[in-house]
Amino acid sequence: MLRRQFTRLVGAAAFGAPALFRPAFAADPVKVGFVYLGPVGDFGWTYQHDIARKAAVDHYGDKIKTTYVENVAEGPDAEKVMNDLANSGHKLIFATSFGYMNYVVNSARKHPAVFYEHATGYKRAANISDYNIRFYQGRYVQGVIAGKLSKAGLAGYVGSVPVPEVVQGVNAFMLGMQSVNPQARMKVVLINSWYDPPKEGDAAKALMDQGCDIITQHTDSPAPLQAAASRGIKGFGQSTDMAKFATGTQLSASTDNWAPYYIKRIGDVLDGTWKSTDTWGGFDTGMLSMPPFANMPEDVAALGTATIADIKSGKNKVFVGPIADQSGTVKVAEGTTMDDDALSHMQWLVRGVDGKVT
Amino acid sequence: MTELLVAFLVSTVAAATPLLLAATGELVAEKAGVLNLGVEGMMLAGAIAGFATANETGVTTLGVLAALLAGTALALLFAVVSLTLQANQTATGLALTIFGRGFSALLGAGYVGIPAPTLPKLHIPLLSDIPILGPVVFGHDILVYLSFAILGAVAWCFRSTHLGLILRAVGDSHDAAHALGYAVLPIRYAAVAFGGALAGLAGAYMSLAYTPLWAQDMTAGRGWVAVALVTFAAWRPFWLLIGAWFFGALMYLSLYVQALGVAVPSALLSALPYIGTVVVLVLISRDRRLIRLHRPAMLGRPFQARA
Repeated sequence: MLRRQFTRLVGAAAFGAPALFRPAFAADPVKVGFVYLGPVGDFGWTYQHDIARKAAVDHYGDKIKTTYVENVAEGPDAEKVMNDLANSGHKLIFATSFGYMNYVVNSARKHPAVFYEHATGYKRAANISDYNIRFYQGRYVQGVIAGKLSKAGLAGYVGSVPVPEVVQGVNAFMLGMQSVNPQARMKVVLINSWYDPPKEGDAAKALMDQGCDIITQHTDSPAPLQAAASRGIKGFGQSTDMAKFATGTQLSASTDNWAPYYIKRIGDVLDGTWKSTDTWGGFDTGMLSMPPFANMPEDVAALGTATIADIKSGKNKVFVGPIADQSGTVKVAEGTTMDDDALSHMQWLVRGVDGKVT
Repeated sequence: MTELLVAFLVSTVAAATPLLLAATGELVAEKAGVLNLGVEGMMLAGAIAGFATANETGVTTLGVLAALLAGTALALLFAVVSLTLQANQTATGLALTIFGRGFSALLGAGYVGIPAPTLPKLHIPLLSDIPILGPVVFGHDILVYLSFAILGAVAWCFRSTHLGLILRAVGDSHDAAHALGYAVLPIRYAAVAFGGALAGLAGAYMSLAYTPLWAQDMTAGRGWVAVALVTFAAWRPFWLLIGAWFFGALMYLSLYVQALGVAVPSALLSALPYIGTVVVLVLISRDRRLIRLHRPAMLGRPFQARA
């Protein structure tokens, strides 16, 4: 709370002052605002967004000026923060969490001349674009590796909240695992939070206590990886390369790469060509990548690399039938591929997954 | 099956440790008649002080010491305001929790998302290898054993030492203790400081052993559970241990049950420890005799020496 107010004050001072002493000779830089869910040092979700912000600053230099506000809860405060940014002359605002959605819509309605970019949401308007990463592609690759490495054929998934993005991740991991080991199963624990290290660690322990010998996570701290390390079990990092938190434990991590998108969209504003769009990029756009595979035999690493290449080229579309749900009902018929619309509403689990997403 | 049970018990003992440490400290303060609701704040201060020190120096022992000092410092602040200046103890305690949360977040801003050294787990040759009992009782880090030792020492102190008698006298009738010549305020200061030190230690356990990371509000209400535990145990040390294990199991169970694949909404399971707290406190409060028998009579009352 203290820190947030402080950040806001500093921010206000920083973008209030130039307005008073406006230089008449130089073109003013375009102001770009970023609204962050966590602290920039969370070493996960928000950290990756901030890396992309810095990349944009490096790319455009004096032409832009960025402001970020961290620790913004997914509530009415978010709308105030966005209004403050709009009122202080920011032309483009990146709202980087799903829960900001309705506040983005409200703020955008009040400020039609400001462009809004909402991460992972689905509501658009003339001045609101949506952007997201096909995280499930990385999950599938993780699943393939887990299928090869798990002796018990049982993986554990530390999840956050029951939204389609998490369901896609669970299912893609399971499909990847079953592609190399048809008998593979997995267990899921949801902690109902994106960032709660002790609880994330406890969830990983609960999964390992029940025999899971590979851990993956859909929460933002390295705690599950640390818990795995303490028992000599291997796992995957989330959002960013977390190898330094648990020596010899991280197999790989799905790494979010927002920079290409941020640079392109800021460029569009500079050129005056910004349009409302809906972007869902994966390995092919460079928005998703995985750090070098580690702590596994070479043939498994090679298989991982080949899987990434297949997804990148479009040869492997991940959600390809036949796919049955937990009750055995065929959800995706043989020879068909789930379309993006069905994917973005996914609320059922693939056969082989223990647990419920409610 | 046995393996599942052993694993569950090991995790429960670990989850119960911060609760046990903080609750033991609060028990001593309350026995001396001081209600300090700032446990959550003192734990967070200990967590960040311990993490930051261990991270800067690379020595976990120094981190643990720093956590003890940080908890004690906050407790002394509370003592000055509520004992010397006689501000309302409930309000002061709440203020201390709010202060501790904000202050730890401020200090911790630079420590989010970085690794720190972890307290090692002890492996006691022979003892750790006993089936079932071995890993459950003997495979933890040093703070787990320390929490048992401290609880034992506190129980023994209250039961059979002169010091324990004085503490209880101060908590049950400060006027009588004063009349007998005991320095009520210094004794209460010491009890509160002891409580703060243990809360700090509980915080260090969170940030150096349980989840070796710093995150804002990482104690997630454990300080409040510790305060509730003291009432749950009706101020009896042995019951504190039962209570800590019970709540530790409940916190862990909410995740464990999900992994078993039981079809219960995860949101309900997450609420389980809190629902449990309410239910248990209601049940305990029904037995008025038990409460009256054990509750320090001067709990929360300010003391002013007369004549």
